[in-house]
Amino acid sequence: MRTEPAPATPAPAGTLADRTRALAAEAPATSRRSPWPGRVRSVLKHAGLIALAVAMIYPLIWLLVSSIKPTEIIFRDLSLIPAQTDFTNYTEGWNALARPFGHYLMNSAIIVLGSLVGNLVACSMAAYAFARLEFRGRKLWFAIMLMSIMLPIHVIIVPQYILFSQVGWINTFWPLIVPKLLATDAFFVFLMVQFFRGIPRELDEAARLDGCGHGRIYARIMLPLALPALATTAIFTFIWTWNDFFSQLIFLTKPDMHTAPVALRTFLDSTGQSSWGPMFAMSIVSIIPVFLAFLFGQKYLVKGIATTGIK
Amino acid sequence: MSVVSELRRTARSGPSRAPGRAPLRRGDGRAAAVFLAPWFAGLLLVTVGPMVASAYLSFTDYSLLSTPEWIGLDNFARMLEDTRLHNSLRVTFTYVLVGVPLQLLAALGLALLLDRGMRGLPFYRSVFYLPSLLGGSVAIAILWRQVFGVEGLVNAFLAFFNVPGRGWVSDPDTALWTLVLLHVWTFGAPMIIFLAGLRQIPTMYYEAASIDGAGRVRQFFHITLPLLTPIVFFNLVLQVIGAFQSFTQAFVVSGGTGGPADSTMFYTLYLYQRGFTAFDMGYASAMAWLLVLIVAALTAINFFASKFWVFYDD
Repeated sequence: MRTEPAPATPAPAGTLADRTRALAAEAPATSRRSPWPGRVRSVLKHAGLIALAVAMIYPLIWLLVSSIKPTEIIFRDLSLIPAQTDFTNYTEGWNALARPFGHYLMNSAIIVLGSLVGNLVACSMAAYAFARLEFRGRKLWFAIMLMSIMLPIHVIIVPQYILFSQVGWINTFWPLIVPKLLATDAFFVFLMVQFFRGIPRELDEAARLDGCGHGRIYARIMLPLALPALATTAIFTFIWTWNDFFSQLIFLTKPDMHTAPVALRTFLDSTGQSSWGPMFAMSIVSIIPVFLAFLFGQKYLVKGIATTGIK
Repeated sequence: MSVVSELRRTARSGPSRAPGRAPLRRGDGRAAAVFLAPWFAGLLLVTVGPMVASAYLSFTDYSLLSTPEWIGLDNFARMLEDTRLHNSLRVTFTYVLVGVPLQLLAALGLALLLDRGMRGLPFYRSVFYLPSLLGGSVAIAILWRQVFGVEGLVNAFLAFFNVPGRGWVSDPDTALWTLVLLHVWTFGAPMIIFLAGLRQIPTMYYEAASIDGAGRVRQFFHITLPLLTPIVFFNLVLQVIGAFQSFTQAFVVSGGTGGPADSTMFYTLYLYQRGFTAFDMGYASAMAWLLVLIVAALTAINFFASKFWVFYDD
């Protein structure tokens, strides 16, 4: 779908490409249209895209605006500019549950932190082995690793629950952190394998000649060069762990141990329709970290999705 | 470069290596053992071990309090009779078979509209992508429950045009569709994959085609679409796998019940209820294995069907 002929991107070098380009330059510009319809079309397209963008984002903005409106008028007022602003929803919501909401945010943060350490260290180690080391059965293990990405968590959650309850880990953060320390988020192993493969081998060969072992090649050469992949891993881990609900719901049943999403859900159950305002306020609070990660890490998110093909 | 194409390649020839490189040295076994130790422990203790355990439990009656009692195929026989389970399969299949194609169509359509280097591209991309990051969160599920509630935003909007509203999430006829819509709303992630795929199509194909007098429509059907089919394919595989396991939205929107009248009873939600509210762990394990079989079968069907419509350039 191109309106202009040949956007200026370097075509792959080669005689065929060159000839085609030369031909394209000589040929009458069949696909070039007079500037007028082109501009009209472009304006229409932007209008359509902006309308769609507004529709997409409208619920989110409405959520934000509603969180600073008094509950009684939320539903009578569709507009995005609040007639009166009122931050009592935030103070009310913050204190609506047994503990201040900050307690639940902190619980989420602890799990996120543990998962970050786990995914960054354990997954990059496994990725180094798959990308750079030769060992028996590598092909097989690699295939197993890829397949484990697609394994539904539900098959293992029941026995995991039984196992963790036997070691007394229910209502602790361990069931949510320890698996990450063991590189079970294979998606990130794959992401880093892809990245490591792109790092020139000459670098580690040279280091090897200088007497570096695998430990130092991994720590001193691969990791520093793989910073973009590590950043992508960190941001995705952050967002996914922060949003995670299913496993937190199962392993953390005591209100004191609840995370932000589980606490929000408890909030919804305990107050029902009566307090949308405070609930919206806490929804916003729980979204803000994800939004910030999105804002500052967008480049890495987009790259991570594009290279691995996973949301 | 995706998981799916990697699997395809691995199945044929083993993990790909950087081209033009000397063969690997032998004898990294010890280093590999060290580097893979955490992953290997995780595979055994967190993944494979529990898989074996759940396979065993699926043949038992087990409620956490007593020891598991071997009952053979009884759980599977019960599943054949369990109408709520059949309903949950129907609900989930409807959700997947409607939601995923709609979501991918939206993703592809938008990716095609967002030309390379067009003005405002980063802005559009961000705005369309943001819902994908938030769509699975409890906060958005709460928002959805309100937006489609009796006193919700949608009804207020309809009232503005004097159209009578309804309780979209409390009506069994419409509740599931609000979740399908939520799924479509998160088209941003596959859109970005499509965008990346479109960027890889060499522009010279289009140049050559327009010299030959092919219009934009023919260019789309004869160049863009065929070259994009591998990407459509892996988006499809991954979104089907993911959508089949959806849980949070149905759980929160229905208040954990799968209601009204089991109309949003996703398979995973029913599994959760059997396992973690009724503590019918044997039955839940059997259900989990059926889930694996279904997901594997859907993926296999996808892979098989791909022979007829996916075009690989390599």
